[in-house]
Parts: sequence; C-alpha cells; structure tokens
Amino acid sequence: MPDFCGIELDHPVINASGTYDAIAARKVFGDQLLEDFPFSAFVSKTITPEPRAGNEPRRIWETPAGMINSIGLPNKGLEGFLASDLPQLAELPVPLIVSVMATNREEFSRMVEAVGEREEAAAIELNVSCPNVHSGLIVGENPGETEALLEALRPLTEKPLIVKLTPNVASPEAVAVAAEEGGADAVSLINTLKASAIDPATGAPALAAGHGGLSGPAVRPIALQQVRAVKAAVGLPAIGMGGISSGTDAAEFLAAGADLVAVGTESFRDPRAGSRIAKELQTGVSGAPRRLAAVDLE
Amino acid sequence: MLAGEKSWGEGGGRPYLPRAISFAETAPAKDGVRLDFLVEGVGPGTDQLCDLEAGERVWVTGPLGNSFSTPKQVNSDAAGAILVGGGIGIAPLASWRRSLVEQGIPLRVLLGFRNRQHSGGLDELFCAGGSLCPDVRLATEDGHAGHQGYVTDLLATMLAGDDVQSAVVYSCGPPAMLEAVRAMCSEHGVVCELAMESPMACGFGACFGCAVPRPEGGYLRLCVDGPVLRGDAVAEVAHA
Repeated sequence: MPDFCGIELDHPVINASGTYDAIAARKVFGDQLLEDFPFSAFVSKTITPEPRAGNEPRRIWETPAGMINSIGLPNKGLEGFLASDLPQLAELPVPLIVSVMATNREEFSRMVEAVGEREEAAAIELNVSCPNVHSGLIVGENPGETEALLEALRPLTEKPLIVKLTPNVASPEAVAVAAEEGGADAVSLINTLKASAIDPATGAPALAAGHGGLSGPAVRPIALQQVRAVKAAVGLPAIGMGGISSGTDAAEFLAAGADLVAVGTESFRDPRAGSRIAKELQTGVSGAPRRLAAVDLE
Repeated sequence: MLAGEKSWGEGGGRPYLPRAISFAETAPAKDGVRLDFLVEGVGPGTDQLCDLEAGERVWVTGPLGNSFSTPKQVNSDAAGAILVGGGIGIAPLASWRRSLVEQGIPLRVLLGFRNRQHSGGLDELFCAGGSLCPDVRLATEDGHAGHQGYVTDLLATMLAGDDVQSAVVYSCGPPAMLEAVRAMCSEHGVVCELAMESPMACGFGACFGCAVPRPEGGYLRLCVDGPVLRGDAVAEVAHA
C-alpha cells in the first residue's frame, strides 16, 4: 500500500491529468466503473479560473507510437468545477487530486485557496507546464518563477502541492529543485513534449493551433531520463509518467525513482489500462490480454 | 540481420490509436452478438483492418456513443424517414433501415457513390435476392448506376415535395455531403440527424479530441454527445 504525501493508495498507478474524464466514463461504462476503478487516485482535468471552450479543431494527430494533442484545457472554470464536477468526482472510490492552472499568481492563489478548502480534494496539482495554452508566462520553464509561485501558494493550504514539471526545458531538475525550495510536497513528470505535425494532404500544420504536445510510448525514454535526473536532484516524491503502457513500463519508472506512476495516453486505447497495469506490476507479468474482450472474425 | 515481414515497424510506428468505426449490422450469434463493419482502407489503421484474415482477432471497445432516434422521437408529427448515405457512410444506415422497416415506418433510401469501385458494401447491405431493395435510389458521379450526379440531387427533389415536413432525414457520409444535407434540411424546415466523424483517440469522453462546434459557441464531444447529432445542434459540418 503506497503512501503518497500522507495519502494511502491501494496501488501505485494513477492517471495523468487530462487523459481520463471520470464523469463521462461513468456515463459510458456505468457504475461498474466505480467497482473496478482503474486508478488508485484520480487526477482531474486541469481547471482554470474562468470557463474555457478549448481550442478550435483539429485537436489531435496520430504520430509514430503516440499522438500530438492541442486540446486547450476545456473546463467549466473554478466555480463550475466546484459546484458541478467536484461533488461527482467525490463519488469515486479513490482520493481526488485537483489539477489547477492560472496565468498569474493572484488567480493561482484564489484557486488553491478555494480547492484547498474542499474536503473532497486530497491534494492539488499545479499545472505550470501545459504547453498548449497561449497564456503568456510559462512558470514551469523558469526556476525563479516556480519558486516564487510556490512560496506564494504554500501558506494557503495544508494539502499536498504537486508541481507538474514540463519536459520542454534544458534542466527539469533545476525547476524541481526550485519547486522543492518553494515548499512543494511532490513533483509529477513529464507533461507533453512540444511537437508539430504537417498534414501531408495539405502541407499545412495538422493541428489548428499549429503545434501541440506529444505523448505516448514515443516519449517514454525521455520521460525515464527526466525522472532519474529529477529524483537525483530532489528529495521529493515523484509521480512518473510518459508513455506507460504496461506493467513492465511502470516498473521501469519505479526503478528510475518514481514513487507513483501515471497512465495517460494508453487509457485512450484501453479504458481499463490503469487496473491492467497495476495488476501487471503486481504479478510481474505484462502482455496479458489487453482489453475487456476480443472478438473472433468469422 | 533479420526482420519480420509483417508489422515490423511497418507504417513507421502507426497505427497507434484505435479507429472509430460504426457497425453496419448486428445479429444475435451463438456466444453473443455478430457485428458487421464496413471498412475502407484510407490510412495505416484502416489498411490493417482491411488486411485482417479470417480467424484473426481484434480488440473492441464498445458499443460507444448514441444511435439514430426514431422519427416520432425527433418530431411527434413525423410520418416517414429519408436515409441519405454516401460512400463508406452507407454502413450505419443499413441496420437503421432494417430497424425502421421492422417498425413499419415508411422510408426512402438515397445512396451515392463516386464510382463502382467506391460502392463497396452496397450489395451486402442494401440488396436482397440479388437486386437492390425497392426503397433504395442510387446516385453515382460517373453515372454507372442510377442518377448521374450527387445523392443530394435526389434529396433536393424529395425536399421539394409537398408533405416533406412529415419526414425525418438520417444521413451519414463524407463531410461535404453531410454539410449539404444539413443546409438543405435547415432551409426546408426538415429535421435531420447526422452520423458524423471526427478525429478521435478514445471514444469515451477522455481525450477531448473530437470537438464539434455548436451553433451557440463552444464544442460538443462527438464520442459522448454523438456520433449522431441533430442538424440544428451543429454549427456547420467542417469539410475541406
């Protein structure tokens, strides 16, 4: 039973923010989802101070062993999330980690205070690294900004603060050290890698936003190295993620120093990837049947 | 140096994501249900699906998303149905046609194809006893069968009729055709339901990739809000 920042978890596999909508999934798969929830903790999609519709399509593009996304953080905004989503997420059988993002320190503070007051939230993840939104300053690319933000937020809540690190910097460990010095309780990494695709049919950028973030098995070796580097630099617990698709992959991240692992893009291919990977980790056997059911072709 | 002939880095690491495919027909089978799919190879994913051989197994997540509504559910005055399909989009109309026939709802089916080569599935899904079902009208761009031109030409003729408001239009096909159907129905005050397609990674609301603009602003997720959407729930069917 892993203990993460004082939160007891059944197994070390959680979800990456923005890769699993538990409310939508419950509507699709029914209450059976709650009986066999794929993750030992649930990380919400990032919420922002005001509602966002998200980016104009096209938003996703398949790439070799992965995909590029430019979703644009669609969400109901802080008020809408607290009123409508949070009570539904509280019905999940696992602890809830709320991911928040804002474009300035005052707004970030307002969000951390508001979420911190809610007993449904076990921890708060700070999205300082999302490369998709043209929000001006990207705090997570700058150690000084990261430390200053954490120093401002740390006194506002006793709940664990997890800093989501961006891989799009020369030294993620320098940002991790800054987060630790600012008072963060944990780090999670990696977010998506800045990436582009050209639509061969048009010769133009494939995504409406021009670029997006790469995820999937293609990024796994990069993520592993960044987890190793960060764990060598800080004493904080880390949630490792990046293209984890099997128990073997998850074991590699744990061996690299991660305390928990998160599954992201693989859940798109297999809605129950989280519980499958947790089981594969436990039994040491990966490559077991991957999905709920297979059908024979006549 | 050795490398397997099949799937050894073929396609440069693609396909990676599953593909959203609507079923064309369903039927009870010995150990569950038989699902028929109509697949056109247009990229690395659908090419591999087309290359499957009998006895090979596939992973299925589903059924996902909604289906067409009956004419009465859409419009309490509705008396009949017009099905408009194009190309590979004829697939979901096959089981829907059967369902409407079983309910005794009067219907007309309009199907369009570029040419003979692109009319795959027509014989299997819309023919009985070796000939086209009597309620089906064809349009082909090369004129090899039926009306020479677009299927929307046939729809235009039907929408010009007197009692057309009592019908509901159900459509699936290429985006440009769906947009034409949506605009024509809107102009004639006829309710339509469109089975749409969008780039989609997951199919169950997780990835937010399949955004479809709403007329009032914001987006629907085609996977959980669709893939069947009413024409007036869509700002415009995006097409190149």
